[in-house]
Amino acid sequence: MAAETIDISNAMLTAPTALGDWMLVAPVGLPILFGAVLLMVRHETRLHAGIAIAGLLLTLGANAALLLQVLADGPQVMTMGRWLPPFGISFTADALGASLAFVATLVASVCALYAMKDIGATGRRYGFYPFLMLLMAGVGGSFLTGDIFNLYVWFEVFLISSFGLLILGSTDRQLDGATKYAILNLVGTTLFLTATAYLYGTFGTLNMADIARKADAMRETGPLMTLTVLYLLAFGMKAAAFPVNFWLPASYHTPRIVTAALFGGVLTKVGVYALLRVLVMLFPVERAELSGVIAWVAAGTMVLGIMGAIAQSDIRRILGFVVISGVGVMLAGLALGTETGLTGTILYAFHSVLAMTALYLLAGVIKELGGSYSLHELGGLYRTYPAMGAFALVLMLAVAGLPPASGLWPKIMLVRASLDAGWPWLSFAILLTGLLTTIALGRMYILAIWRNRPGQAPSDAATGAPGYGYGSMALLCVPIILLGIYPEPFIRVAEAAASGLLDASAYIGAVFPAEAAQ
Amino acid sequence: MEVALSFVVSVFFAVAIYLMLSKHIIRILLGVSIFGNAVNLSIFTAGRLMREVPPIIPEALPTPEVATASPLPQALVLTAIVISFSLFAFLLVLAFRAYQELGTDDTDGMRVAEPEGEPMPPLGY
Repeated sequence: MAAETIDISNAMLTAPTALGDWMLVAPVGLPILFGAVLLMVRHETRLHAGIAIAGLLLTLGANAALLLQVLADGPQVMTMGRWLPPFGISFTADALGASLAFVATLVASVCALYAMKDIGATGRRYGFYPFLMLLMAGVGGSFLTGDIFNLYVWFEVFLISSFGLLILGSTDRQLDGATKYAILNLVGTTLFLTATAYLYGTFGTLNMADIARKADAMRETGPLMTLTVLYLLAFGMKAAAFPVNFWLPASYHTPRIVTAALFGGVLTKVGVYALLRVLVMLFPVERAELSGVIAWVAAGTMVLGIMGAIAQSDIRRILGFVVISGVGVMLAGLALGTETGLTGTILYAFHSVLAMTALYLLAGVIKELGGSYSLHELGGLYRTYPAMGAFALVLMLAVAGLPPASGLWPKIMLVRASLDAGWPWLSFAILLTGLLTTIALGRMYILAIWRNRPGQAPSDAATGAPGYGYGSMALLCVPIILLGIYPEPFIRVAEAAASGLLDASAYIGAVFPAEAAQ
Repeated sequence: MEVALSFVVSVFFAVAIYLMLSKHIIRILLGVSIFGNAVNLSIFTAGRLMREVPPIIPEALPTPEVATASPLPQALVLTAIVISFSLFAFLLVLAFRAYQELGTDDTDGMRVAEPEGEPMPPLGY
């Protein structure tokens, strides 16, 4: 056979994948596996929660091991199908992707716990837990893949799962919200695909490490600015940045509260992650030229977002606008592009994933105990449930950026970075957002929890402490307070992630080890 | 050939954006569908177009004898077609359910989730 004479080691991996490298696909493979098992036992609704929580805890363990490995040894790579990069799809975990995947899986596990109470047998039979697992597979794949077309595929994986979660229940409000969410998000991902088509036509490669090292040579001839603007628009839509964010307040208050918690915590951060990855690592020069535009978008998103929250009287709709305002704060670091700014953004992403999920779960507990989401009807909860008042206070301080909770340090970093960059107006916008957030959430706290109830309590309000609600919030409050009083380890991870984005040589070297050695 | 196809793609994009600016869900969905096809065509064009040259390397040579089109975009387009087709099928069902339940496909009339004229939040306590 002639094939034996051809040396394939230049094009393909000849050694089998090392056992440790499989770690990289575990955060994606495990949720898919458990999602498939859950589909097989679809009618045994009693088993769902146990299987899903076991699967998510295993995924969390795999994510933790991966994060520790990345922090110790730098970016990890596993290439699929034996084709050497840039031809095979390389899963590449760096500090940014691995840490965000860990935090996202953590809140998904807590949501799975809360769903034991929130999602009844009907919701389970319609597939809440399988959708949850596949959503997490898509989110994990987005954070860990090193191939831009593969990123698009993972976006679609979590998008279709999120559609399923969003319309669970099929009420009129959900159909209305889901229609707007589905159309605008599909247009967003299609724009992402458009940009990727141009990128492939320009570079002839889809591997992110390969794009990063070729970008300098292409800068004179290729339409890199067009690409960057298209990606900014597409991912800005996913992240709910200001002029293209109206799908979020139209839909995030309609699904079951645990679904809203997961979406509010995790999904917009995937958009922010993609912005960081593409704009900072792949096209840094173009990002610097666009920084003025991004800064105005950031300021608009944060200030107008929180003003929307002040105008609402439904707690879930208030929280939808608070999510948007948090995205604005993260975009401020993207606009600055300095190491302090990016560290602040990444730290804020950790904080926002935890705090927004916890706040939505708090809204679920308020509904359970007070029988309503409306600030017109709620009141008097502090007297009967002081523990809930304490949780609410911690979470409110966290989101407003006040000590001792998690929002303080990332905001300090972002304010300092924008002062260093000579943009005092941006730091003013961040501080103004903090003040307005305190007003919006402080009013929610006073009206829903402190004041006496204006009317009669509805008869369907629960009595007795909600175990699942308190347990879930307590699990999330531990890292939130830890981030507030002992931020060192979190800041170190965020710094490693930011420096890995700014200097991609370690990332490129991990994907192309032969060339790094030369 | 690439230039001609680029014009086709631009017409597709223009039609898609025009339809998506409509108020009616069904026209928006047709726009989304055409939008997806415009992207698929532009990926196809991005791989450069060649007539009847299979991207196969003869046994004795390290590279193909003549220039061939990149085969990868065709794989990408296939993936994108499958994904956009399934999402579009979901959107059609969703839009039909929304039309059945809400009685309208006019986005101005779809105000169930965000009703008009909501009262202000309480101003005092």
